[in-house]
Amino acid sequence: MRNKSKIKRTTLSLVFFTVLMFGFGYALVPLYDVFCKLTGINGKTQRVVELENQQSHPSDRWVKVRFDANINGDLPWTLKPKVRNIKVQPGKFYEATYIVHNNFSGDVVGQAVPSVSPSVASLYFMKSECFCFVNQLLKAGETQEMLVRFEVDKDLPEGVEDITLSYTFFRVNPDNS
Amino acid sequence: MSTLTQANDHDHDHKPTGLKRWFFSTNHKDIGTLYLIFALTMFFVGGSMAMIIRAELFQPGLQFVDPQFYNSMVTVHALIMIFGAVMPAGVGLANWMIPLMIGAPDMALPRMNNMSFWILPFAFALLISTLFMEGGGPAGGWTMYPPLVLQTGAAFPFLILAVHFLGISSIMGAINIIVTVFNMRAPGMTLMKMPLFVWTWVITSFLLVASLPVLAGGVTMLLTDKYFGTSFFNAAGGGDPVLFQHIFWFFGHPEVYILALPAFGIVSQIIPAFARKPLFGYASMVYATASIAILSFFVWAHHMFTVGLPVKGELFFMYATMLIAVPTGVKVFNWMATMWKGSMTFETPMLFSIAFVILFTIGGFSGLMLGITPVDFQYHDTYFVVAHFHYVLLTGAVFALMGAVYYWLPKWTGYMYDEKLGQIHFWLSTITANILFFPQHFLGLAGMPRRIPDYNVQFADFNMISSIGGFAYGISQLLFVYIVIKCVLGGKKAKALSWEGAKGLEWTVPSPAPHHTFETPPKLTKAMLEH
Amino acid sequence: MKSIFQKIIVGLVLLPFTALADWGLNLTRGATTISNEIYDLHMLSLWIVTIIGIVVFGIMFWSIFHHRKSKGVKPATFSHSTTVEVIWTIIPLAIIISLAVPATSLLIKMHDTSEAQITLKATGYQWKWKYDYLDEDLTIYSALDEKSSEASQRDSGINPMEVDNYLLDVDNLIVLPINTKIRILTTANDVIHAWWVPALGWKRDAIPGFINDNWAVIEKPGIYRGQCAEICGKGHGYMPIVVKAVPMDEYKIWVAEMKAEQEAKKNTSGMVLTMEELMTKGETVYKAQCLMCHQANGQGLKGAFPALAGSPMATEPAQRLGHIKQILNGKGIMPAYGEQLSDVEIAAVTTYERNAWGNDTGDIVQAKEVAEARTKK
Repeated sequence: MRNKSKIKRTTLSLVFFTVLMFGFGYALVPLYDVFCKLTGINGKTQRVVELENQQSHPSDRWVKVRFDANINGDLPWTLKPKVRNIKVQPGKFYEATYIVHNNFSGDVVGQAVPSVSPSVASLYFMKSECFCFVNQLLKAGETQEMLVRFEVDKDLPEGVEDITLSYTFFRVNPDNS
Repeated sequence: MSTLTQANDHDHDHKPTGLKRWFFSTNHKDIGTLYLIFALTMFFVGGSMAMIIRAELFQPGLQFVDPQFYNSMVTVHALIMIFGAVMPAGVGLANWMIPLMIGAPDMALPRMNNMSFWILPFAFALLISTLFMEGGGPAGGWTMYPPLVLQTGAAFPFLILAVHFLGISSIMGAINIIVTVFNMRAPGMTLMKMPLFVWTWVITSFLLVASLPVLAGGVTMLLTDKYFGTSFFNAAGGGDPVLFQHIFWFFGHPEVYILALPAFGIVSQIIPAFARKPLFGYASMVYATASIAILSFFVWAHHMFTVGLPVKGELFFMYATMLIAVPTGVKVFNWMATMWKGSMTFETPMLFSIAFVILFTIGGFSGLMLGITPVDFQYHDTYFVVAHFHYVLLTGAVFALMGAVYYWLPKWTGYMYDEKLGQIHFWLSTITANILFFPQHFLGLAGMPRRIPDYNVQFADFNMISSIGGFAYGISQLLFVYIVIKCVLGGKKAKALSWEGAKGLEWTVPSPAPHHTFETPPKLTKAMLEH
Repeated sequence: MKSIFQKIIVGLVLLPFTALADWGLNLTRGATTISNEIYDLHMLSLWIVTIIGIVVFGIMFWSIFHHRKSKGVKPATFSHSTTVEVIWTIIPLAIIISLAVPATSLLIKMHDTSEAQITLKATGYQWKWKYDYLDEDLTIYSALDEKSSEASQRDSGINPMEVDNYLLDVDNLIVLPINTKIRILTTANDVIHAWWVPALGWKRDAIPGFINDNWAVIEKPGIYRGQCAEICGKGHGYMPIVVKAVPMDEYKIWVAEMKAEQEAKKNTSGMVLTMEELMTKGETVYKAQCLMCHQANGQGLKGAFPALAGSPMATEPAQRLGHIKQILNGKGIMPAYGEQLSDVEIAAVTTYERNAWGNDTGDIVQAKEVAEARTKK
């Protein structure tokens, strides 16, 4: 009953299991990304298409796409879409422009994060060009136009009539202020 | 363990004396005692924080503390009560009772046992010291959601370190319990003969080793996000703050059952003893406990219905959550059926157990309501939730733990506690706890958010009632300390079988239990293995 | 003793049903179809658990009264019964399914993604809300109103009972039209907040970098109040939400008025005020925007928010421009006010901070200087 080697074996397997679960905590990070891609949860626009497929015919549906802009925290920028919303046909590429302005008296680097709402729509929102997830440098008082090219997939579920594409700019160099 | 009790010990019952006995102890009973004393101390530390909270909420306006300090009280109260009071109390009972219940001489890993206890005081010293640091203690809620928690000042690394220590301590304790139960049972003590308390602790231990490392991973990511430039949860770097909530609640929901399952085990020991009737549906109790434990890993997102999950996800987590009501219901019905046609007496442990069954069930009812996603959009983050989890954790887990202390106190000290005082303590606790928490249901439904230091005057009346209940409950617990101390010092001598209807190996050793028990495995008779 | 106990329990369980909704005991029906359906589902589940409770606890108490040793009962010895165990597994399952069905249909109804007539974006800040009417180019900042803010200070000497809508009133409320489908987007500027107006039937987290959405059709005109529902730091209890629902034509008038008002506010750079005027205006702005962190006495909070009283930033002449620019652009956890406040408001609050609490610099900052600071390198 009080077998030392058996005790050792059970202990070691439990320690191993503990380490494994610690690893699983980290594995949740990529798992979560996969999960998001599958479900559109958190509204990240995941799909970036390399080539625009020109052959396909757009569907007859019309969907409203609204452009929204946010500035996070203490980033001294203003961000505005050139037009507030457009009607689009799923299956066709469109362009939208955002105007970014640096109000600060120095260079500031920011980075944009996209988000699509309702979350189910983010599965069907594809971009061939986007200014997100890369550092953008704006000189003091500089204004830039930033372009996004996107297509709403033809498989967009019925009932989704109103999609919001939102960009939030975050400050990248908090020390340089 | 006064000198009086030592007179009962025979010469062969050696135990070290003085400080050495406690600091270097590898004896499961001594370590169990240390755990229990520590848990009771932390119960009062966390409780005094609750008193500060209730004092501030006694009437509208800000009277005693700043909002920032209020938030850190809310945060540290939760961490202390969960990790410092309820969990160590459970581990203390497990340490004391599991070897006695399965006929083992000690825990399988006695030195690790010592370490897992002595980590705790250091971890809590770290945590409590943060309250005196510049910028104050952690104030983002015990859930530690980023980005808010990343605004914590100097306290932040201490908080993370303390959580790591607590995790390590609990994991070591859990491993010890599993190894003990798997390897140290007396011949004849098969798994399905084990007392239910042992079963619930084995299952709880598996929950601990499966969920705490995930929390450790999560808080490590917080640490690297703040100091080493990673962006696990930082949207600017492509991370997602909601990911932390998933990681946290993947740990957090099993954690709820880590607190509740040992209580189920305790009540399953006490009710048959005082009903003088075997536990109804032993096997279904074991299976229900196991299925609750397994389900607990699939319901975590019901804590985050409002973060904006896709509808399919919300439906899945709603169904899984509601499903937990089934095995939980089975347990409640089994306890009822155990009482049914028994020959009941109502000593303090039984009173606490009955109150547990009723009040935990009320907490379960509000839990079921909270699990219904569309309605949760209203309940979420209100006092309805506060009422719910206090019913489950205070009138649930804590009541069961107190019942356990009364139940086994004769075995630990060799004396019967003062029954009259015990019953007074029970009635005071039950009445005041309900005055404290029942009105919080109303506050939540009427729209009072949780974690706010001040409120609109429409919430004034119920907050005042709740605070009065809170103070009264707090004071009543001093009586508990008095009763325990009085019992340690003396009283009516307890027999080996301290309760007429009690079953199990722990009642075959003398009271107080000698320092060393079952050094040779006991010969188990059929009667001894009855549940 | 037992009967008292029983009475208390039964009484407490029954309390919510005795039509006490007026006393703030229960959810309210709210002002939208969804909130009404949520209320019904809430009542359904409340009734179900109450009935289960009465039956289960009733049986238990019957047993407690009758199956006791003092009555000379000899204990039975049964310890299981498969039939009974199967029954009490199936019945709860059936009850749960009967709750899950209406819950599912309501949840699907709530996830309605059809086109909305009006889109409002609520952005959570530490500690206020910013509202953008996305179709109108109209932005409203909405923070705790001055009366509540003053009364909520520690030792304020003001009885909260005497403050109207204590902690549930804002300086600028938002107006929404009734019988109109409104999409409400939520996001946040700094940490996670949650936008909750109980009368609309839901709350939604506001998460920085992400946009969440929900919708409402308000059926009854009225003023609906709510609060932030996710802990967001020390001001969590102090960022209420006030929605005024009015008929569509009134809403349109309000939008036009707000736009005109904001247009007028934009051109304040030419305004020249006296020291007294600046101090009065500055104090108002300070109370609404700065007091939460820097405190009424300008002392800040040690370790979290720096003091302004006696600080180099608010006293040294060389820091004058830096002072204005920090208010305009923010720094670290201090938000930027350049967009929210007009030139004259920033001038006033700068003047106030440079002269209050014994700073006494005598500095007078005029709107023109702020306008210049906006573009100055």
